Amino acid sequence: MDNVFIIFQTNEETRNIVEAILQDNPEATVNEQPAMVRIDVPGRLTIRRESVEEKMGRDFDLQELHLNLISLGGNINETDDEFSLSWKH
Amino acid sequence: MDMKVKNKLGLKERYAVMTRGLDWETTYQPMDKVFPYDKFEGIKIHDWDKWEDPFRLTMEAYWKYQAEKERKLYAIIDAFNQNNGHLGITDARYINALKIFLTAVTPLEYMAHRGFAHVGRQFRGAGARVACQMQSIDELRHFQTQIHSMSNYNKHYNGFHDFQHMNDRVWYLSVPKSFGEDAFTSGPFEFLTSISFSFEYVLTNLLFVPFISGAAYNGDMAATTFGFSAQSDEARHMTLGLEIIKFMLEQDPDNLPIVQRWIEKWTWRGIRLLSIVAMMTDYMLPKRVMSWKESWELYFEQGVSALFNDLARYGITVPKCWEQAKIEKEHISHQTWATFYQFGAAAAFHTWIPGKEELDWLSEKYPNTFDKYYRPRFEHWAEEAAQGKRFYSKTLPMLCQVCQIPMFFTEPDDPTKICYRETDYNGDKYHTCSDGCKHVFDHEPEKYVQAWLPPHQVFQGNCFNPGVDPTVEGFDPLAALMDYYHVQNGRDNMDFDGSEDQKNFETWRQTAKSNT
Repeated sequence: MDNVFIIFQTNEETRNIVEAILQDNPEATVNEQPAMVRIDVPGRLTIRRESVEEKMGRDFDLQELHLNLISLGGNINETDDEFSLSWKH
Repeated sequence: MDMKVKNKLGLKERYAVMTRGLDWETTYQPMDKVFPYDKFEGIKIHDWDKWEDPFRLTMEAYWKYQAEKERKLYAIIDAFNQNNGHLGITDARYINALKIFLTAVTPLEYMAHRGFAHVGRQFRGAGARVACQMQSIDELRHFQTQIHSMSNYNKHYNGFHDFQHMNDRVWYLSVPKSFGEDAFTSGPFEFLTSISFSFEYVLTNLLFVPFISGAAYNGDMAATTFGFSAQSDEARHMTLGLEIIKFMLEQDPDNLPIVQRWIEKWTWRGIRLLSIVAMMTDYMLPKRVMSWKESWELYFEQGVSALFNDLARYGITVPKCWEQAKIEKEHISHQTWATFYQFGAAAAFHTWIPGKEELDWLSEKYPNTFDKYYRPRFEHWAEEAAQGKRFYSKTLPMLCQVCQIPMFFTEPDDPTKICYRETDYNGDKYHTCSDGCKHVFDHEPEKYVQAWLPPHQVFQGNCFNPGVDPTVEGFDPLAALMDYYHVQNGRDNMDFDGSEDQKNFETWRQTAKSNT
């Protein structure tokens, strides 16, 4: 199964997002590089709004991901509650 | 009170409301006359409403998030400038990578802005138009933020002063310029395949991710900020690239061969364009994150193979240049830097021979090629320079008719032999650097015979300032050419060692640490 990936700038907001991703995607691997953090997951990666809100302690709109996003690989499916990347259709 | 409160619309409904039904079917003019460009390429579209922006970004949300990005970016730029951040970088040699960025990449952003504004008008589907218009605004933003971020360097260092003038004239800058113009002058679907898919989805990670992370590692907060801020838009552009490919392929099976040919062409054009990024990654970052070869393996071979596995269900195959690119990843950064070192008198930035520890790093990262083919060359030149015999080529290189890169790439199966390909067309001979560029030329010779090749133009006398007389005794063509380029001869070009940039940086860094 090919990996999907997502890369964020390193900052306080993405620290919470990354923690939420790791909690919801047990197969995720994290690779920290200067000023950025890359997460790879085989097949499918899910970001759940609720998990991020729990980590951040505030409301979170998944479209806020745009602010800190650097790159991604995979097909996107986005709703108000969940943002996912996958190679499935 | 039993009034029913209607829930807020979900993301998908909001997107549908904000992007559909905003256009109209024309009545007193035929649609084909209002949208004259979206059929001639042969792409067949039956239902434009099948177009989906996976991010479902509405214009309202777009403005909100872009404004937030701008606020963050300019706050960081202000802080960087106010605190003399340029003195915190690892080494002033690094600044030369920014000179290349400003003269080569930034004008390409502007070209992309124009291109997306153009196709954003030409598609008859409203969803595609909205996506292209957002991207057009993004590209203009990238152009502006890059100029603003680098203008502080222009106050302190040489070579930043006239990037647009240089982009229109300087020999190696015709590489990105002609790439942009080639895409811009194709039809709207080919334009999206070239820029959105091949460049943004397949290749842009290699510029904006490892190189910009490297900029952070070298203390350049300004470049890191504009780079990552641009890249946050790029993620959206990449999804547009993937969407356009899928959309074309799902609309009609006849589109497949056209799309496949465009992917072949533009993946190769993009790979050639990235040669300069390969060189910046391996030679111009004093502190290094990863080698070009490692970046290539991670972002191209691994990342892109997943993409092509996904597209295989439409019948798309991996571009033929894949194998050649796999071989060349161990060569191109060295070949490019070696060429600029020799032509360092004709460039708008400084060059140097890597130090011993840097050569060791390259040997370690390129065990199959560096010691065998390249290290002896650099050591020889270093020795010559130490004896006061620094070699600068005073001629101009022969360029490939398609990518416009000097003919320095080697045969895929023999790294000691320069690769030449040629085509006879209408009684003239045209030279290309590779099978990939030859295929591109042979398919559209009418387009590429018109290439404005800088060395040809120089030799025809078209690249000197008015009033310059090349027939007078003692005429120095290279100096006259640098005048025409607005490159300050002896100041912006040649070796980093002994340059004004080097001296100033050392002096200023000293004053940053003490009172004298």
